[in-house]
Parts: sequence; structure tokens; C-alpha cells
Amino acid sequence: MEKRVTFGKWTIGILFAVPQLLLIFTFFYWPAGQAVYWSLTLQQPWGGGNIWVGLDNFRSILSNADYWNSITASLVFAGISTGLAMFIALVLAALTDRQLAGSRLYRVVLIWPYGIAAPALAMAFRFILAPEAGFMAVVNQVWPGFWDPGLDGADAMASIIVAFSWKYVGYNFIFFLAAFQAIPRSLIEAAAMDGSGVIRRFWDIQFPLITPTIFFLLVINITESFQDSFGIVDIMTAGGPANATNLMVYKIYSDGFKGLDYSGAAAQSIILMLLIIVLTIFQFRFIERRVHYR
Amino acid sequence: MVERTPFLNFFTHLILFIGFVFCIAPFVVVVIAASHNLKDVNDVPMSLLPGSDFWVNIKTAWTTADLGPKLLNSFIMATGVAAGKVIVSALTAFSIVYFRYPGRMLIFWLIFITLMLPLEVRIVPTYAVVANVLEPYQAILDLTGISWLIEKVSGVQVQLSLGLLNSYSGLILPLVATATGTFLYRQFFLTVPDELTEAARMDGAGALRFFIDILLPLSRNNMAALGTIMFLWAWNQYLWPLLITTDQSHAMAVTELKQLIPNVGGIPEWHIAMAGTLIVMLPPLIVVVLMQRWFVRGLIATEK
Repeated sequence: MEKRVTFGKWTIGILFAVPQLLLIFTFFYWPAGQAVYWSLTLQQPWGGGNIWVGLDNFRSILSNADYWNSITASLVFAGISTGLAMFIALVLAALTDRQLAGSRLYRVVLIWPYGIAAPALAMAFRFILAPEAGFMAVVNQVWPGFWDPGLDGADAMASIIVAFSWKYVGYNFIFFLAAFQAIPRSLIEAAAMDGSGVIRRFWDIQFPLITPTIFFLLVINITESFQDSFGIVDIMTAGGPANATNLMVYKIYSDGFKGLDYSGAAAQSIILMLLIIVLTIFQFRFIERRVHYR
Repeated sequence: MVERTPFLNFFTHLILFIGFVFCIAPFVVVVIAASHNLKDVNDVPMSLLPGSDFWVNIKTAWTTADLGPKLLNSFIMATGVAAGKVIVSALTAFSIVYFRYPGRMLIFWLIFITLMLPLEVRIVPTYAVVANVLEPYQAILDLTGISWLIEKVSGVQVQLSLGLLNSYSGLILPLVATATGTFLYRQFFLTVPDELTEAARMDGAGALRFFIDILLPLSRNNMAALGTIMFLWAWNQYLWPLLITTDQSHAMAVTELKQLIPNVGGIPEWHIAMAGTLIVMLPPLIVVVLMQRWFVRGLIATEK
């Protein structure tokens, strides 16, 4: 879509865009280019500039078992938490959309978790899921040793998945509910006239009509699971135990800023960027085909 | 509700109620745990009746993590990011929509691409840029030979350097440098009728006058929505402030939470940790509750 009526002096027009262009050049394009440069060079430990090492940084990362472990952990985390958060939100939104008594209350409250900072909710869940106090302690009393995120990698992974999903159920709920409410009531009523029940109407009318939203949320949830997980991991598990929750962004942070391995961290950043881009393209290419746009 | 479905209605209520409980349970647990004393909070199972030490714990958490100045910092930073986004995005969208100039589509795409790669994945080089924000320009001068030229001519060696670590601008500017708001405005500007522009031009208004007197007042709703969502987003930032603020006086409330994680060994002080968590999660929660309409609108509009 283009405007028919515009202003003549385009020099003024460009001036309006200058602040943003300066910002994205300084804080986006330059750093992104810098990351590519660093990933191909090695900083000498006692100064003296960077030496060109080609793809050596990538080779050493990709031959490192810790890194593959980190990729696996990130993908497991992304897959399970996205699935959980989207499924629960879809069910809740579909039911809220039936507009029975009290649905206004749910509409207000179910959104709250998304407003909370990831580290703050991570702290709350760290307490709730702590093995010695809080609520999982009760389970541990019945079955001693059943739950210990400090020692058992699977438990730790489950903890961060629960915390992340809790936040994103609220987020997905907003979008699903908006999508459901955009479906014309007359469609639902016509189907009811034809004798289809609630479940039937859901699968044959509502679900196909909200597939664009499902697709959109899938992309966003997976991307966010790579970024927004940092605060949760840092507060709840710090990447442990034994690297079981050392997700990719956390590993970049700890290698780059704690290990001071800028070149390695830059190479990891590049791989993460590529991974996000590939996942997004993959989703557009293969899943969007099945999406019904109106 | 189209037909009578008593059985399904019962299930609807049941599942929604369970969802409701799971949704608010963490809030309730935090509040209750924050009201216990050290012994009660570590009881298994913890009593769900509130204890009497609520204000004591809040005070302890407040002083331990020094939350007063930290909350102020968070507030300044979140307001700065929200204001920056609201203003800068409006300017850019105006430029893209209302002018025709060479390279306009290039600018559009340059901005669009920034949506793909969030700050978290390019954190290392961005940190280096903020350590000396003029470094890109120094590099450009060096590469183009301008700094060599200046040195030859005037004998002055060009050393541009401006560190933004531990400063509000270092915190705020990189967070403003993404495209989220630009597209919100762009979509809205495209729906503004051309007749308005024509009428304004007929009355002799220039681009700037039209922008300030007509377009901005019309976009008030969008500004509120964008402002709300960006305020929350900035308040909840964690990784970026953690890196940029090595100096305690610039730390954020959210990053200070880490100070409250109970030590391993000894009896964990969960009551203090939960009191601190409550203080930190309260401001965004209040914003969400009070500004719900704008919040939902902003979320849906900025992402689409």
C-alpha cells in the first residue's frame, strides 16, 4: 500500500529517518558485522590485535561436545515449552471464548503472568520447586530423592520449562483469544443451526480460522525461547547441574563474559543467528503452507 | 452460548478454574512466603496461612538489595526506552510513509531486518560498541583515510572515544535500536485518509506542521499502546543491564534479584527472597492491571 499524497521535499523526509538509522547502524549493523569479524579471528591474549584464523573458531566449537549438548538442551527446551505454552493457552482461550459466566475474570487474570520479568518469576518458581522448602518438598517427603533440580539434570530442565511456559501461556492466551473473537458469531450460529456440536464446530470452523495465529505464535514462541530464557536459567539453575540447562544464549554469555573468549562467543552468536533464521524460514516454508488465511 | 450444553459447561468452568488457580498460585505463594519468618517458610509443608512478618521481610529485602535506588534506575531506564521508541519510531514511520525519495525501500528493509535478530543473540559485539560508542565512526574514518588526512594536515591524531558503560544512555539506546514501533506507526499512518493530508497542504501546512498538529494527535492511542508495552519490556530486561552496569549505582531492580538467591548451606532465607521478588514484580503487574487495554492492544499491534 502506498500513499497517494506525499510531501515534496524529500531531503526533509530523510532527516526524519536519520535518528533511527544512526541507532540501528551503531547498535545493530556494526555489532552484527563485528561479530562476523570476531568469529573469523582470534584475539591474542596479550594484545597486539586479532589474527585471522578463518573458520577455526567454528571448527573448534562444533567439535566440542559441550556445545552440541547446549544445542540439544536449547532445542528440547524450545520444543517442550512452546508445545506446552501453546496447547494450554489454546484450550483456555477456546473455553474463555464460549463466554460463560465469569469469562471476563479469566480474560483479565490469565494475562498477568506475561507482565512479570523472567528473573522474578524464575525466583518464585525456584522457591516453589525447591527440593528442601516450598512445595516439591512435600513430594520429596513422600518419595525421598524424587525431585532435586540441583542434582538431576532432567529435573532442572523441567523447572525452567515450567517457569517459561507459565509466562508464555499468558502471552499466547491474548493472541488466541483475539483470534477467536475475530471469528464472526454468525458462522458459529449457522453451524449450530446445521446441527454441529461444540467440539465439531471447534475443529471444522474455529481451528482452521485461527491457524494463522497458531503459525505466528509458533514462530514467536520458539524465537523467544532462545532469548527470554536467559533470566530464567541464570536465576534458577545457572546452566547446571552438569550443563544440563546450559542453553545457547547462556553459554554465549558465560563463555564471552566470564570466560572472556570473545572469538568463541562471537562464533556461537553467529551460529545462533543462523539457527534462528533457518528455523524461521523453515516454519514459513513448510508450516505456513498448511495455514488457511482468510 | 448458542445451545444448552450443561455437561460441557461444567467442564469449561472446571478447566478454566484450574487454569486460573495455576495462573495466580505463584503470586499467592510469593505473597504468603514473604509474610513468614525464617522457620515457618522452611516448614514442610509451608503453611498457607499468612504469617505476621510481611513488613519486616519487605524492609529487610529492601535494604539488603538496596532496592530504592535500583527501582528508580529501572524506572528511569524503562521510561527512557518507552519514550525513545515512541518518538524515534514515529519519526521514521512518517519518513517512510509520507515521502518519496531514492533509497526509501532500502531504509525500510534495513529497519525490518533488525526485527530478526534481538539484542540477546548479538550481545558480545554490542557490548563492545557501547564500551566505545564512537568506535564505528573511528573505524570508518580510518578506513576511508580521513583520519590520516586530518593527521597530516593538522597534526591532530583522531581518537574518537565515548564510553557508555554504566550510564543511562548506554542502557537505553541499544534497546531503542530495534524496529518494533516503526511498523505499528506505519500501519496506522497508512490508514489515515489522504484527504486530511490534502486539506492540510491546501491550508499551507508543511510536512513538520502536518506531522505535529495532525498526525501525532491522531496517533495518541498507538502511542499509549506502544509506550505501555515498551515500558514493560524495558523494565523486564535482564541480560543487557547485567552486562552494562558493573557499577552498583546504575544496577536495575531486576538484576539485583540475584543478590537475594539464598546461599547453599545454612537455612535458606526464602522469606527475604520472596519479599524482594514481590517488590520487583509489583510495578509491571500494576502497569498491566491498570493499562490492560493498552497493553493488549500494544501487544497485538506491535507483533503483527
